[in-house]
Amino acid sequence: MDWVDILKDGVLATIGPLTAGYALSAIGLNLQFGYGGLLNFGHVAFMMVGAYGTAMTVEAGGSFWLGILVGLLAAVVLGLLLGLPTLRLRADYLAITTIAAAEVIRLLIRSSWAEPITNGVFGIQGFADAFYDLNPFQTAALYGIDPFLVTGRKLWVMVVGWALVAVATLFVWRIIRSPWGRALKAIREDEDAASSIGKDPFRFKLQVLTLGGTIGAAAGILLAIEQQNVVPDAYLPQVTFILYVIVILGGAGTIMGPVLGAITFQFLFFTIDSFMADTQSNVGWVGDILSPSDAAQVKLVLVGVGLMLLMVFRPQGLLGDREESLIDDR
Amino acid sequence: MTADQPARFAESVPGSAKPDPVLVADDLKRSFGGIHAVDVSHLEVQRHTVTSLIGPNGAGKTTLFNLLSGFDRPDTGSWHLNGGPLVGISAHNVARRGMVRTFQLTRSLARLTVMENMLVANPKNPGETLRGAIFGGWGESEERARLEADELLDRFGLSHMEDEFAGSLSGGQRKLLEVARALMVDPEVIMLDEPMAGVNPALTQSLLHHITGLRDSGKTVIFIEHDMDVVQEISDWVVVLAEGRVIAEGTPSDIASNRLVIDAYLGTHHGERP
Repeated sequence: MDWVDILKDGVLATIGPLTAGYALSAIGLNLQFGYGGLLNFGHVAFMMVGAYGTAMTVEAGGSFWLGILVGLLAAVVLGLLLGLPTLRLRADYLAITTIAAAEVIRLLIRSSWAEPITNGVFGIQGFADAFYDLNPFQTAALYGIDPFLVTGRKLWVMVVGWALVAVATLFVWRIIRSPWGRALKAIREDEDAASSIGKDPFRFKLQVLTLGGTIGAAAGILLAIEQQNVVPDAYLPQVTFILYVIVILGGAGTIMGPVLGAITFQFLFFTIDSFMADTQSNVGWVGDILSPSDAAQVKLVLVGVGLMLLMVFRPQGLLGDREESLIDDR
Repeated sequence: MTADQPARFAESVPGSAKPDPVLVADDLKRSFGGIHAVDVSHLEVQRHTVTSLIGPNGAGKTTLFNLLSGFDRPDTGSWHLNGGPLVGISAHNVARRGMVRTFQLTRSLARLTVMENMLVANPKNPGETLRGAIFGGWGESEERARLEADELLDRFGLSHMEDEFAGSLSGGQRKLLEVARALMVDPEVIMLDEPMAGVNPALTQSLLHHITGLRDSGKTVIFIEHDMDVVQEISDWVVVLAEGRVIAEGTPSDIASNRLVIDAYLGTHHGERP
């Protein structure tokens, strides 16, 4: 077993663009779920319309930057479309609508009917050249401290990705500590009580759904840029659930929770992944009883056990306030 | 208890006209299935009074509150606050127009601190729009609200709790907080749904004192109460509901001796034969 290799895989994945993308998306979800109390089970749809909005605009001949604008605007439109009919109703209606809408959009994009503009299951590739043209690093050179090395191409996405995470975190911090954030939390706690003192729950919920969705779309765009590729089946419902795991793990309704949650989750996931692969091929008796694909399954079991332990010992998440989590809502 | 009876300003008949009504309801009906929860043909509430709403359990008091405050929609009817119609106005807008209600089952915002509970009720906060939240400029309004909140919390004996989560308060303290929070909106009419329930006797006295104080400072208080002693003590006017209808209204002493009211509370045949 090579512990340095295992650790290297874990650390590189943790600081990589994927983690930044997940952290960014989780910041949007945390705004909706942690602060607004909205059960958005279709967060992946916001990432999807962001990524596809960008890719399709470039594919249709528009510029990359126009594409980003289109992607973000698509998320605003989606937020309004999902929110307007459901946010006056009980919380569960939003949950049902969002999870269904996310699947409907994915299936529409991959349908042969939409293929002329979405390229169906094959997706769209190579739309982010304009982004890499701005890369100040040398694309193929290796940067970092041995053994933690990344290519200049990857480093560029990492820098932009984590910068976006920082900006989004500051933005959320600013609006949550404002009276707007306080009213939002009041609505999360008790909609009727908030109405009785003159707060319009519908307005706040629509705003936070759209805002969180737009941050999700930015994350979707970031991840699509990193891959230079969008395919519909990257946007399965489990992406949303991983994001929920990240938000709850880090501490829902905390500023740094989604970032810490994403880092912890990714580190756990990729370290265990690397550990299982290494053990399977290098430790004789493990290799005897587990095939490589078994090892991948056991990895998921171990990740699940790890998350369960965290939830048992820290139900409020890594950054949540214990006292706050023990208050029962009546 | 009823040392000085307030001056009589209207006739003691259901639906009587008041000289200066702040709230007027007409033909207000709400039924659940076959049950007429509320069926009020006409009701006026005099400005600057403490008007009590009493009635046996299931009389429709809370339903009437829900209708008037926009939390429920009536089947028919209209009602006006200061002459302005409130039909179809949503609950938060009713509050913004100056009529704030509290709830029978206390609704504190559990995971906000006591101070946050108060500040969030500040009705005109420029920081409550997204633009304000992003670009700032709400500090001054916040400071003013904080002074006001300090004063109210002090008055309700909650100052020492201001940094605690509202969810950690006792039931009685939550009741007080809810009333204090409603006052932060600076309403013209405040509707209290059983504010005394679960509050210890010492606090009850001070709460009663606050309620009459509200009237004296120019507000109108409508409140639901079961304790007849309390009603007798502080009401200027009493409205009695039974089975959704106003069966009587008048000064507390009128009501105490009203045959219909006694019947409604105790049943029709009580005392006729020993």
